[in-house]
Amino acid sequence: MSLRILLVALSLSLSACVTINIYFPAAAAEKAADRIIDEVWQLREAQPAAESPSGSKP
Amino acid sequence: MKFRSLLGAALLSLSLSAAAQGNLEVDSPAIAALKRSMQQRHAQLAPLYASGAVGLAADGSVALRDASAVPLAQRAQASSLVAAENADRSALYREIARANGRPEWESEVRGTFAQRWAQRAQPGWWVQQGSSWVQK
Repeated sequence: MSLRILLVALSLSLSACVTINIYFPAAAAEKAADRIIDEVWQLREAQPAAESPSGSKP
Repeated sequence: MKFRSLLGAALLSLSLSAAAQGNLEVDSPAIAALKRSMQQRHAQLAPLYASGAVGLAADGSVALRDASAVPLAQRAQASSLVAAENADRSALYREIARANGRPEWESEVRGTFAQRWAQRAQPGWWVQQGSSWVQK
C-alpha cells in the first residue's frame, strides 16, 4: 500500500523533472552570456599578470 | 530490490534535472575556440563600435550601420570583419545550444546574448532597439 503511494509520488516527481527540463534556463544563460562577453570584450582584467606588469623585465 | 533501484533512478533523475535546470553549459572546445577568435577580432572592431560605423544589432549580430564613418580604403576590411564576427557569433549561439544537448535553444541563446551585448555596450557605441539605432 505505502509502496504504491511511493510509486505514485515518484512518478509524479519524475514527470515534474521532465517538465522543468524543457524550459530554457534564462537566468543561467544571462550569467553565461555576461561571462563570455567579459572575455570577448576583455572588460574584466582577470589575468592582469599575463602581460601588463613590465616591472620584472623592462 | 526493485524498489531500491527505482528510488535510485528517481534520485539520479532529480540530481540530473537540478544540474540541467540551474546551469547552462558553456565549456566546450568549440566554444573556447570561438571566444578566442572573437576576442582577437575585438581589437579591430572596438574602434568601429566607437566611431559608430558598426553597431550591435537587435538580433545578437553586429551590423555595418554607417559605412561613411570608415575611410573608403578600409571599408572592405570593415565589412569582412563584420561578416567574420557574425559567423562566429552564430556559431557561438549554435554551439552553446548544442553543448547543452538542446539545439532548439539556439534562438533563445541568441536572444539572451542580444540583450546582454546591448546592455554591456560602452558609452558612445550604437545599439539597435527594435528597428532604430540608439547611441549609448
